[in-house]
Amino acid sequence: MMRTVLILLLLALIGFTLVSTVVEMPTFGHPDNPTNNELSQGFIDNAKEETGAMNIIASILVDYRAFDTLGEATVLFVAIAAALSTLKAH
Amino acid sequence: MEDVIIRFISRIIVPFIQVYGLYVILHGHLTPGGSFSGGAVLGSSMILFALSFNLERGAKKLTHDASTVLECGGILWFTVLGLYGIFAGANFLTNQGAGFNLGVPGQAVSGGIIMLVTIGLGLKVASTVITLFYSLIEVEGDSHG
Repeated sequence: MMRTVLILLLLALIGFTLVSTVVEMPTFGHPDNPTNNELSQGFIDNAKEETGAMNIIASILVDYRAFDTLGEATVLFVAIAAALSTLKAH
Repeated sequence: MEDVIIRFISRIIVPFIQVYGLYVILHGHLTPGGSFSGGAVLGSSMILFALSFNLERGAKKLTHDASTVLECGGILWFTVLGLYGIFAGANFLTNQGAGFNLGVPGQAVSGGIIMLVTIGLGLKVASTVITLFYSLIEVEGDSHG
């Protein structure tokens, strides 16, 4: 009983956090959004000179945002390690 | 699975899929695609091989030791390339500032760190896809047999 109440409280807290985040989000497609800053034009203009790659997506993934890609690779590594340790435990 | 047609077709088509996957990985800095998509293509070719032939012959192509080396090696290779930037006097995972040769944009060997990281990461993604498939199908085979 105590545990159920605790779980419900925790879920309500998580739900409140998520909903309040969504409410604070900027309007979809608004020109003044933080996603519409000068960064994307900067990537298009400078990516070839700064990274030497023709593929701008690759230059963003592996050069400008390489730390994020390292995190993605770590997620893959942890996922396969968890899956193997769970499956091989049988 | 003892279907002759599936075996014959997959025997022909698997090398082409693998070459295409390697092409997507190696040209990640030139054409659309990169390590994740190319690794998935490369991994699914081995899944097709293991599905059309049997699992034992597929598992022989990529043993657990080899997949361990690829998994750990791919991410270590990424980290070592990043740490090289620190030793060269720049930030973690710096490309040009750390002394990587960018080459001429558009040529096969260019992009400095991008090409090196893409190769290691592509092999790691392929190994992840294959290992996950093999371990899932092995567990299923154990429970039914």
